Amino acid sequence: MIDNSGRIEFTREMKSKYKILFPNMADFHFRILQKVLQSYGYDIELLTNTDMKVINEGLKHVHNDTCYPALLTIGQLLSALKSGKYDVDRTAVVMSQTGGGCRASNYIHLLRKALKNAGMGQVPVISVNLAGLEKNSGFKISIPILRRCLAALAYGDLLMLLNNQTKPYELNKGESLENTMRWIDFISEKMSQRKAFSQREIKSYFSQIVDSYAAIKVNRVPKVKVGIVGEIYVKYSALANNNLEEFLAEQGCEVMVPGLLGFMYYCLINNIEDINIYGGSKIKRSALKILLGYLGRFETFIIDAVKKVPYFTPPASVGHLKSLVEPVIGIGCKMGEGWLLTAEIMELIEHGYSNVICAQPFGCLPNHIVGKGMIRKIRALCPEANIVPIDYDPGATKVNQENRIKLMLAVAGEKLRDNPAY
Amino acid sequence: MIRIGLDVGSTTLKCVVLNEADEVIYSKYERHFSQIAEKTASMLEGILLEFPGEEASLCVSGSAGMGFAEQIGLDFMQEVYATRIAVKKLEPETDVVIELGGEDAKILFVTGAMEVRMNGTCAGGTGAFVDQMSTLLDITPGEMNELSKEHSKIYSIASRCGVFAKSDIQPLLNQGAQKSDISASIFVAVVNQTIAGLAQGRRICGNVLYLGGPLTYLSELRLFFDRALDLSGKCPENSLYFVAIGAALCGGASAVDLAETVEKVRNYSFSGSFKSLSPLFRSEDEYSDFRLRHKSGEPVKTYPLRDGERAYLGIDAGSTTVKLVLLNENDELVWWRYQPNSGNPVPIVRDFLLEVYEKFPNAIIAASAATGYGEEIIKNAFHIDMGVVETIAHFSAAKKFDPKVDFIIDIGGQDIKCFKIRNGAIDNIFLNEACSSGCGSFLQTFAGALGYSIEDFAQMGIFADKPVDLGSRCTVFMNSSVKQAQKDGASIENISAGLSISVVKNALYKVIRVANTESLGKHVVVQGGTFLNDAVLRAFELEIGENVTRPAISGLMGAFGAALYAKNNAPAESSIISAERLGSFRHEVKAINCKGCQNNCCLTLNTFDDGSRFIGGNRCEKPLDIKNSSEKYNLFDYKRELLCSYAPFKGKRETIGIPMGLNMFELYPFWHTFFKALGFGVKTSPESTRRLYYKGQHSIPSDTVCYPAKIIHGHIEALLEDGVDAIFYPCMSYNLDEGISDNHYNCPVVAYYPEVIGANVEALGRTKYIYDYLGLHRRRDFPKKIRAVLEREFGKIPLAEVKKAADLAFEEYYRFLSRIRAKGKEFLAVARSKKIPVIVLCGRPYHLDPEINHGIDKLVCDCGAVLITEDSVSDEVGQFPTTVLNQWTYHARLYAAAKYVADSGDPDLNLVQLVSFGCGVDAITTDEVRKILESKGKIYTQIKIDEITNLGAVKIRLRSLFAAIEQQKREKIDR
Repeated sequence: MIDNSGRIEFTREMKSKYKILFPNMADFHFRILQKVLQSYGYDIELLTNTDMKVINEGLKHVHNDTCYPALLTIGQLLSALKSGKYDVDRTAVVMSQTGGGCRASNYIHLLRKALKNAGMGQVPVISVNLAGLEKNSGFKISIPILRRCLAALAYGDLLMLLNNQTKPYELNKGESLENTMRWIDFISEKMSQRKAFSQREIKSYFSQIVDSYAAIKVNRVPKVKVGIVGEIYVKYSALANNNLEEFLAEQGCEVMVPGLLGFMYYCLINNIEDINIYGGSKIKRSALKILLGYLGRFETFIIDAVKKVPYFTPPASVGHLKSLVEPVIGIGCKMGEGWLLTAEIMELIEHGYSNVICAQPFGCLPNHIVGKGMIRKIRALCPEANIVPIDYDPGATKVNQENRIKLMLAVAGEKLRDNPAY
Repeated sequence: MIRIGLDVGSTTLKCVVLNEADEVIYSKYERHFSQIAEKTASMLEGILLEFPGEEASLCVSGSAGMGFAEQIGLDFMQEVYATRIAVKKLEPETDVVIELGGEDAKILFVTGAMEVRMNGTCAGGTGAFVDQMSTLLDITPGEMNELSKEHSKIYSIASRCGVFAKSDIQPLLNQGAQKSDISASIFVAVVNQTIAGLAQGRRICGNVLYLGGPLTYLSELRLFFDRALDLSGKCPENSLYFVAIGAALCGGASAVDLAETVEKVRNYSFSGSFKSLSPLFRSEDEYSDFRLRHKSGEPVKTYPLRDGERAYLGIDAGSTTVKLVLLNENDELVWWRYQPNSGNPVPIVRDFLLEVYEKFPNAIIAASAATGYGEEIIKNAFHIDMGVVETIAHFSAAKKFDPKVDFIIDIGGQDIKCFKIRNGAIDNIFLNEACSSGCGSFLQTFAGALGYSIEDFAQMGIFADKPVDLGSRCTVFMNSSVKQAQKDGASIENISAGLSISVVKNALYKVIRVANTESLGKHVVVQGGTFLNDAVLRAFELEIGENVTRPAISGLMGAFGAALYAKNNAPAESSIISAERLGSFRHEVKAINCKGCQNNCCLTLNTFDDGSRFIGGNRCEKPLDIKNSSEKYNLFDYKRELLCSYAPFKGKRETIGIPMGLNMFELYPFWHTFFKALGFGVKTSPESTRRLYYKGQHSIPSDTVCYPAKIIHGHIEALLEDGVDAIFYPCMSYNLDEGISDNHYNCPVVAYYPEVIGANVEALGRTKYIYDYLGLHRRRDFPKKIRAVLEREFGKIPLAEVKKAADLAFEEYYRFLSRIRAKGKEFLAVARSKKIPVIVLCGRPYHLDPEINHGIDKLVCDCGAVLITEDSVSDEVGQFPTTVLNQWTYHARLYAAAKYVADSGDPDLNLVQLVSFGCGVDAITTDEVRKILESKGKIYTQIKIDEITNLGAVKIRLRSLFAAIEQQKREKIDR
């Protein structure tokens, strides 16, 4: 089916016949997410190709001035479609669309253009959005699916958090990651059976997960603590950030990456704040608040579970993030990562991760404001902040990026020597 | 025990040896020409000889030292950190360190909150930049320093990166500006770049220390820094060695075995793990076949000119080379010359012409044409009959070699020109945007930096086994990619091949942005000096998967085409300078400031011995004193006048300051009326100028944001100086909904720049700064929301008053828009009745600012066109399906205007899109606007603008556009 703008809809009939490909971003989370969607009858596959072809396809088919994440996600999809592994006439692709004022809302259109240019215009492109932008009769995110997806993200967040806080200190190399992978397999399996997302199960598994990490033998020597914030894709995707987490681990740091749930809540909150700031339907606002309350429990579960073990640092609630950021930037700043990015920096500093890398695609518009634009103000409020913005794009070289990060680490190391408790 | 500090920089190698009292007892400095391992080993060996048997510690620093220090297991210290250690030890009084290195610029704030700033990925290197510029000027950096002492004026040169600066400098050279003035201007550009790019909101004051090569060797550069910062900095003893000293001080307590280390370094085989591509040629045979096919290395064939035969002369004064050809009646090449222009084409062309008259004393030069950057000056100096825009010249030439040519690509010294030919007409023109220019000359500069000629350097890549993958970005990025490759141990051969491939990829994917290489066509003609290098040509063929035609006179095509053009448009008698006159030809250059308007352009006044004058550097026709009788229809002018008519006023309440930038260019009539109705006074910031920009540049936190945003900082500073009671600059996620788009956002920068101002302009603490989130899109809610804001700041205001003021304001806003529309339509009607071409100059409201558009509107009108704007026609088209998410109000107007132009069927109505560098949103809109236009066979023209003040390239574009339109029209009549 083709609508008036020439878009190919993903129809109900296609659901049973088509394979759906989706580009990777946060590996832990997306592996579990994939199982949720499979359990709803979608033949969906998470892409794991990360070779040079991905970048080359991106460069070839996407306007080179668009942001790096568009280049990579589209490159990954095209390169997979061209690999011969899939029947192009029986494959659809998925792309998320926020509908915000950032150009990221247009990735999906860039993808369509790219597919057309590459002679694969018949491939349906499914928009995953919560803004009611494009609809597909064969692909619907109902509230129950949404809730399960959020549960998957919550598992991902928790595993990422604990893995990051345990790995640098483990006595037996590789034990933490092994534990993480074991849990991902276990939860994935449960998710395929449409389990592990009731409140009771979540609480129980969260507690077991925390216990399993607490059982790993560690030697907690003082290490430089580094937080990573940034444009959502570059922040999580090792492909985009040149294996940033791995590099930091090699440099002997403990890394904290704020979770994905926060972003989901942030999107919901923005709809509420829009009405607060500019006016609008009070009924809609109440409905949104109820939804936020309903979905918001996941983070409470995470915080409660992690809190049990004193040497683990739990994430802050989105409500706390909001209150942290209000002295710095308006909550109305909602394009891209918006106020959330600034809030995450504040939260990291509050938790002792005062060395922060702000990872962004070269020329990222929102980051001019919420990243680079706010550093001065954050420093005025938190003098210990040691923030370095790093640009990523196909032309940026690792040597420059690492050099800048090393500088930040040298300063951090000096502070750590002066004050090991810090 | 001695302590050795080793600083492996991007271009140089430095080492020091400290004794137990931390005194420098040995130091050495040399360029490493990227042979890092060997040079390091021999440097260490030198120390070993000097201090035999001494125990020594060793610590490495520097960007190029990171990899190998880690591999060999030596101590490594990040270089800025090392600098700080050294400064604390040697110059403890220091507050701020400014260090310029080969490719890095750093500012280190030592006192107060310690901060270090390094240049970002976009703000190219400074030492390398000065080198690059000195190569361009054909003098040494030292000579630049000496020359700049005699400067009499400063030209404004874009300070972002070398490529930009280059495209500012080249035309200055071509117009005959003095090297002394240019040298000084380059230093000023470096100063501005450092301060704008790195200080980011922190003032540089107190005791300033200058470190690094450029600041050590270039006394004038230090002086310009002093002047800009209004202080006098210090360049200490050992200013080159601070990084090395810091490293030595950081060195571990334990000694290393120096002899063993030397061996390790020498035997250190670099990992070879750089990303590589397939070789250009797999075998000697493959290469010789290729050479045969392209007749590589064969001399250009020339034909005789009979006595008394009419001859045609073409001159191409390009950015880096000057070319001249002479044709006979059969369009055959009789004689040619090709020479680097060394900055000024006039004396070269004079010599060429002297040679022509000497060699062919009996020839009759029947017609002559000039083309290229120096077209105007050459035309004036030698009374050449006509000028022809480069694109047309190249097309004329290419047709001679392949009548079916459907794609021409010319990679010259500084620019890439490509055009698609459809139905025998130039259909689409791609010129490189300012950010990726200089590809050919980049190869040259790089070759020079490594100590080779460009020919030898390119040739080295022919049989490279693993060409380095350097990506397809602008040259500054390539610079650091090369650095990375060197670090990874890539050989010169592989780097050379990699650079050739990059030049090609840049042209294909950055400039033409081909989505698939087949779309280029089957009959591709390549030309320009850069393609004379077999490596580049081969890389191009491999990339597009098609054999192409490289004419034997590939480097001369512009001149050849000009001569053909001259022949086809020959006057009754040529006016070209005679042999006698040429003998006494003299030429003088003087720099002057135009007083024509507030732009105060720097002009170069060229006087020739016959008293004729030529003015260069002008942005408009004004200084040329051309009496242009025809009236100008410029809607930009009208809009500016209209905005000016909303004069500042005093009220019974406080005075509100409004910064005239970004969306205020559209919303000012609204706020003006609104505040007036409420009894406030209103004052606007002054008109944008370069000086205003400098005033605010110290607080710009992100140097890659667009110029229209950056200049806001200056407007805010100006308002603060004016002493207004409050500055009003609201955040606005949403714009007004004009009913032609899916959503009505502002772009993130327009929406939230007030936040950036609030967070970074320190002086705002002195006044009220109102930057609340406001939404005009919800007219009913607006009065209540703004009332809350105003009452918070100024006390009670009755809601009824606010409502009334809002109503008046909305009314005024819509009246403002409808006036623009009415005027636009009036202009259109005039154009149609007088049969004048019309250009819809599309952009954003703030492109109205002459400091932002650099007078492109005037240039369009000078070309004889009527100029209207996107917002004057966007209401004529309802919402229509687009292939992108149409969600920004200003950008929806672009699509609508494009649709209007496309659907008009009027060959005289065309569109030119202005795009600010760094505008992420326009990466989306440009493709869509192009698509809408091309779907109806219209030509799409895009002009990228930044701090660049050179209109040369813009002029080429516009002239090509008009030439193409003319041709299209002619062909329509023919059919």
